[in-house]
Amino acid sequence: MSTTPVSSAPAKTNSIGLQILDYRGSKSTLCAGCGHNAVAERLLEAFYEMGVQPERIMKISGIGCSSKSLAYFMSRSFSFNSVHGRMPSVATGALLANKTMRAIGVSGDGDTASIGMGQFVHLLRRNVPMIYILEDNGVYGLTKGQFSATADIGSKLKTGVVNDLPPIDVCALAIQMGATFVGRSFSGDKKQLSAMLKAAIAHKGTVLLDIISPCVTFNDHDGSTKSYKYMKEHDELVNETGFIASHEDIAVEYDPNTTVDVQLHDGSHLRLRKLHEDYTPTDKAGAVNMLMETHEKGEVLTGVFYVNTQELDFASRLNMVDDPLSTLSADRVRPSREVLAELMQAQS
Amino acid sequence: MVTSTLAVQSQPIADSLAHSKKIVNDFSIQIATVNGSGSQSANSILLRSIFNMGVPVSGKNLFPSNIAGMPTWFVIRVNRHGWVARKNEIDLLIAINLESVEEDIRTLPTGGSVIYDEAFNLTDLRSDLTYYPVPFDRLVAATGAEMKVRKLIKNMVYVGVAAQLLSIDLKGLESIVRKQFSKKTAVADLNWNAVQLGFDYAASTLTKQDPLVVEPMNATQGKIIIDGNAAAAMGALFAGVTVVGWYPITPSTSIVEDLIKYLKQYRVEKDGKASFAVVQAEDELAAIGMVLGAGWAGARSMTATSGPGISLMAEFAGLGYFAEIPGVIFDVQRTGPSTGLPTRTAQGDIRSIAGLSHGDTKHVLLLPGSVKECFEFGIQAFDLAEQLQTPIFVLLDLDLGMNNWMSEPFVYPEKPINRGKVLNAKQLEELGGFSRYKDVDGDGIAYRTIPGTDHPSAAYFTRGTGKNEKALYSERPEVYQDNMERLVRKFETAKTLVPKPILDGSGKQKIGIIAYGTSDCAVLESRDQLERESKIATDYLRVRAYPFTQEVDEFVARHETVYVVEQNRDGQLLNLLKIDLDPAYATKLHSITHYNGLPIDARSVTKAIASHEGANK
Ligand SMILES: Cc1ncc(C[n+]2csc(CCOP(=O)(O)OP(=O)(O)O)c2C)c(N)n1
Ligand code: SF4
Ligand SMILES: [Mg+2]
Repeated sequence: MSTTPVSSAPAKTNSIGLQILDYRGSKSTLCAGCGHNAVAERLLEAFYEMGVQPERIMKISGIGCSSKSLAYFMSRSFSFNSVHGRMPSVATGALLANKTMRAIGVSGDGDTASIGMGQFVHLLRRNVPMIYILEDNGVYGLTKGQFSATADIGSKLKTGVVNDLPPIDVCALAIQMGATFVGRSFSGDKKQLSAMLKAAIAHKGTVLLDIISPCVTFNDHDGSTKSYKYMKEHDELVNETGFIASHEDIAVEYDPNTTVDVQLHDGSHLRLRKLHEDYTPTDKAGAVNMLMETHEKGEVLTGVFYVNTQELDFASRLNMVDDPLSTLSADRVRPSREVLAELMQAQS
Repeated sequence: MVTSTLAVQSQPIADSLAHSKKIVNDFSIQIATVNGSGSQSANSILLRSIFNMGVPVSGKNLFPSNIAGMPTWFVIRVNRHGWVARKNEIDLLIAINLESVEEDIRTLPTGGSVIYDEAFNLTDLRSDLTYYPVPFDRLVAATGAEMKVRKLIKNMVYVGVAAQLLSIDLKGLESIVRKQFSKKTAVADLNWNAVQLGFDYAASTLTKQDPLVVEPMNATQGKIIIDGNAAAAMGALFAGVTVVGWYPITPSTSIVEDLIKYLKQYRVEKDGKASFAVVQAEDELAAIGMVLGAGWAGARSMTATSGPGISLMAEFAGLGYFAEIPGVIFDVQRTGPSTGLPTRTAQGDIRSIAGLSHGDTKHVLLLPGSVKECFEFGIQAFDLAEQLQTPIFVLLDLDLGMNNWMSEPFVYPEKPINRGKVLNAKQLEELGGFSRYKDVDGDGIAYRTIPGTDHPSAAYFTRGTGKNEKALYSERPEVYQDNMERLVRKFETAKTLVPKPILDGSGKQKIGIIAYGTSDCAVLESRDQLERESKIATDYLRVRAYPFTQEVDEFVARHETVYVVEQNRDGQLLNLLKIDLDPAYATKLHSITHYNGLPIDARSVTKAIASHEGANK
């Protein structure tokens, strides 16, 4: 503790008295300018601003530059950098062990849409209560720039190779598969991404955020559809994402003709000001249709596409005891002598 | 109609003759039915009726990979000495399946007998057998059973016929039938009626000509009959399992299906909430991923699988080893490679599991040799997983897991649950933090924290990459090597914690036998045969875990010749011994393998050892 009057200005803290420093991670070893660095930054800010205790968070990832970035935010949270494409199962297991924890998964487009596709869709289908961040750069960064399954048709690699297969739209897929909060953003859009992340933290169920996160080393050139430049030119906002935390004043006026208000699980509000005609973020089929259509038009649609606050999340569905399974006392998990005697009797 | 011919054949021979050749409590019955015909309950009723007379029995289901229509066999071995291994010779065939009957008859030894559906034309096949034709359809019709259950009722008729011919206690039989169908009196009545009709038919129409008889003994009092999968499931229940991720595969499926039953019954709390979570995963990759995720987050987690699932789990198994995460994997081995013979038994996974995954991965394996050990090791596996912070594999096989075995009742675990080296917030405060991978105690096992531990220095970074003691990423040569050396120390510690092998014999013979798992019952019987028939005395060490403990090393050192008996082609256990023990011992080891998909029998072992010993002289 310093007694010198020079540092008199108290450090800024959040609602639980922690500083932004308490949410920092190790120094990034990713390329300077990599979109993943910005996403990590936005993530830690969002958790700081939402006042979530870092020790209450489990961060889980697969393998890739994106998955590595787990180390670059929130070192006071419990982290598990697992194997390629299998983050969903690890996260599911961890959440079953302790449903009172918050989980955030970080994955890449290769990690999710190719090797991990099987686990990805089943996580969505179960509506596992976690935030799934897909840092989407259209390539495999860590193995030096091969196309991923989210690369657009006609997109060109630095080597001149052109992608001739259709992309998988992970957002459309997620909506169909059962995710209850689905959106797309861009690592370079601080305002939109921050609001979306905070809303994601407030939601209970699977949040899938497809965040276009350019790979400056292998996919940021002309001819790429996942470059900073391309995003700046083609980013088409479906809605303007606003977030009002539960402790804030929600009396702020809004026009119900142009703005949709969704109350999230923790009492906070997601305010989506419509920028697209005839679109409501609670309409599953409408959301999928819109994604298909904008794709045809060559736009990269961003914003919150779909929110469903009614569906039961997987942990609730299993009707587990209130305490985490991980710390139940022995008398709650080991049945009595009488139980064994009864079982033995039945086999005699 | 063949009935008349048969009637001639089954003319009574002199009663006294039949009597003088009486074979009491030492024979095998094979019941040949069609898969899907529901013969399982009838077979288990027959088995239990003999068991309840105090006579040692074992029952083995030899079934096809098929839901309905293909031939299936159930073999009951009755043995007054308590030998429960499969034996090759069948003494009484109950032939209900037309499709397999010719071949079933052909494999009987001279003097064998057959209870069969009189509609089959069998008499020309062999003249050295005793035939007992039974008009099943007529008897079934007489029960008044509805059409759709007649297939099932037919099975109860053969139970009655066999009971009469073998002198099985009718009262005891009735109580078993009533226990089996205790939920519905009408069903119990119908089934019991069918048994009685069979019994009465045999009594009034068939003349006993074979020598097989069951006579009451005192050898099964207080014992139970159970399959290894149910026993393992009970082990997991009493171990306090909390998270299960699984994907169905024969022959492991019933571990989890039984476990779910037990959990629903015994682990739902007063408020109706479950102290467990079971997830049917999308595949085995996800199943093991959930197990490790849960184990990392502090649950007692498990999965159960078989060979193909084990192969899929390889990458995660390596992560569990290297990142040091607890979890329990039951592998009920079946015949491989690939899909192999999916409903037949083998011990063919031990070598691949010992080092499952790439790199220098080494796993701890528990090898139960009885249903009782399935229960005990089922509990111990969870303690070991947390003590050693690593995946623990428990290897059963189809024979142990899915067949019925007699056993002493299981004993309630006296040792409290051991959760290993876990630091809580208070300890972290006192210590001023911790290093996740630092070998503080010199046993290779470092301290861990559970996610959610409320302390600013509780968190650490779990990864499958190289790391230093503080769990920070590192590629430094000496850091990597130190960590790998610590894992070796941990494996050494494992040797002091796993179940020790069991020695049978004086320990002073020149010849030793090593085996594990279900080979045990065949080896025990074979040693008796060797001793009686060839005066070959042996010592026997039943291995119960990998890594091998000191006792295994000493056993091999002490014997001139060591036969390693196992149920695979390549002598996998023997090869592990060769790798791990003093290379000088390699020439002492001789492989005896049995790998045709059927449970190993004593005679095969006896023949192999006797001939090798003979050749040596
Ligand atoms: C089983 C397996 N196969 C292949 C790899 C090699 N590999 C590492 S990262 C990666 C692709 C990563 O791409 P993405 O998920 O898009 O992450 P990015 O690096 O682009 O962020 C691959 C193929 C691996 N680690 N494991
Ligand atoms: S290679 Fe691409 S994805 Fe990987 S760190 Fe560099 S910029 Fe980021
Ligand atoms: Mg990528």
